[in-house]
Amino acid sequence: MSVSIFRIPRLSEKAWKVWLRNRDVFLKTYKVNFIPPFIEPLLYLFALGFGIGFYVGEIEGTSYAAYIAPALVAISSMYSSFFECTFGSYVRMYYQKTFDAIIATPLTIDEVIAGELLWGATKSAINCSIILLVISCFGLVSLKWAIFVVPFSFLSGVLFAALAMCFTAIVPNIDSFNYPTYLLITPMFLFSGTFFPTSILPAPIRIIAEVLLPLTHVVRILRGLTLGIIDWEMLYSLVWIVAVSAILFLISINLMHRRLVI
Amino acid sequence: MAGIALEIVVYAENLTKRFGGLTAVDDVGFQVSRGEFFGFLGPNGAGKTTTMKMIYCVSPKTSGKLEVDGIDVDGDPAKIKATIGVVPQENNLDPDFTVFENLMVYSRYFDIPRVEARERVEELLEFFQLEEKRNVIIERISTGMKRRLILARALLNEPNMLVLDEPTIGLDPQARHMIWQRLRELRAEGVTILLTTHYMEEAEELCDRLVIMDYGKIIAEGKPRDLVEKYVEGDVLEVTTDENMTSYLREHHGDLHFERVENKVHIFSKDPERLLRDLMAKFRVESTLIRKATLEDVFLELTGRGLRE
Repeated sequence: MSVSIFRIPRLSEKAWKVWLRNRDVFLKTYKVNFIPPFIEPLLYLFALGFGIGFYVGEIEGTSYAAYIAPALVAISSMYSSFFECTFGSYVRMYYQKTFDAIIATPLTIDEVIAGELLWGATKSAINCSIILLVISCFGLVSLKWAIFVVPFSFLSGVLFAALAMCFTAIVPNIDSFNYPTYLLITPMFLFSGTFFPTSILPAPIRIIAEVLLPLTHVVRILRGLTLGIIDWEMLYSLVWIVAVSAILFLISINLMHRRLVI
Repeated sequence: MAGIALEIVVYAENLTKRFGGLTAVDDVGFQVSRGEFFGFLGPNGAGKTTTMKMIYCVSPKTSGKLEVDGIDVDGDPAKIKATIGVVPQENNLDPDFTVFENLMVYSRYFDIPRVEARERVEELLEFFQLEEKRNVIIERISTGMKRRLILARALLNEPNMLVLDEPTIGLDPQARHMIWQRLRELRAEGVTILLTTHYMEEAEELCDRLVIMDYGKIIAEGKPRDLVEKYVEGDVLEVTTDENMTSYLREHHGDLHFERVENKVHIFSKDPERLLRDLMAKFRVESTLIRKATLEDVFLELTGRGLRE
């Protein structure tokens, strides 16, 4: 009975109705929702950028604050979409029975999950835009390519949302999200070229970080965009992100289909 | 009604649903006509809810045939779902929204234009007496209001069939009667209604026809009154009893059906008064009751008194 993880899902523009539902909830509580993307980068900028940065000086020719500023955008993209599609989606699926209510209407479960993923990506784009604004105010952004941060943060949002949804589809309970959070998300937060270059890591770890960790690719592109330095490595990372996002998008919908259609 | 061809809205044949090793619905067949009020009765785990879920296309069948409005449930579920309204057993109202917002957000899933949706929402709030609570968040309204709101939500798309899975579960008599009244009005408008319930008087009150399910199978089918006449005879005499009385009944009234229930015996008889006089002459009878046989007697007769879960 259960579907292949590479089955082509039954999707239509109806998926946006689920996106709209989540947007409506978001707008009801928008004042609270804007606190994290404003406050968090400020805390990190002051503590790390200007605090630790005082001793670090420069990395790869830029001030430490300007070096970590795009990483803060990348981390926010990861956190906002990953947590939206783990804890957020799980609560809607399991506790609120929101998905059950929606699939009794003409929408398919595939469209519900696609809508959730698009919303997770949108959360990333919203939060990243706010952080971009904050770090721009500190003069840490070259305006030449900065506008591309917004659409790119939607794409990176799809990547982390789909990754998250794979876990949502398989966890036995909400506490189990501790595993991906501490074994995957926190290591990425620290070792993806966020606060220091991956080049100083010992060889095996460096290769894992540079090839396998999604956040490394996201940080590389965002750093290029905010510092205004574009190179071919960014194109490689972009292709990597698009390909992995597409695969995870497909797998996550099918895994959720397996969980929910019984 | 002879000569009038009834339009079949739900057609099931050899319908089966398995979950791993468990057969929840086991090779059942039934038909529901347009405008009919059709009930599914049965103990917990009998397969009623699973059958309902297959009909409203959220749980795929394992085998057999199941059509709604002539459409195969595996073929075009979106089309089926667009024309039916569902009241699930569990409350799944959206706790992030108010009463009014719940209906507006839900209407979007059916592609109802905003202006029209707003009009319908107003009508439904009035129909179910929920106007006063329109701006209240879901967790602050009572169980009865939640059930009414779910029913209102099921009517947003002006369905020609309603699928109700225990719509009055946990409600007080006032709320239950209000919902019954609304359902009768909808039936009068020609809406086909499928209902599962554990309340026998509800089934007797509302259903034109019903099936009794047990262990995934349909074990009886018919109109409520016909089922009572078919499976239990006449009236029921309930008297306090002891071993002597039951052996007396077995010896002298062997043709009568009776059942021990704790310290009483329920005797099904066409002439309960005469039987009572006979028993009172021979035994010390502490309390007696003569009543009409009900659907509940049929239900317990067919499915037994043992607990299922």
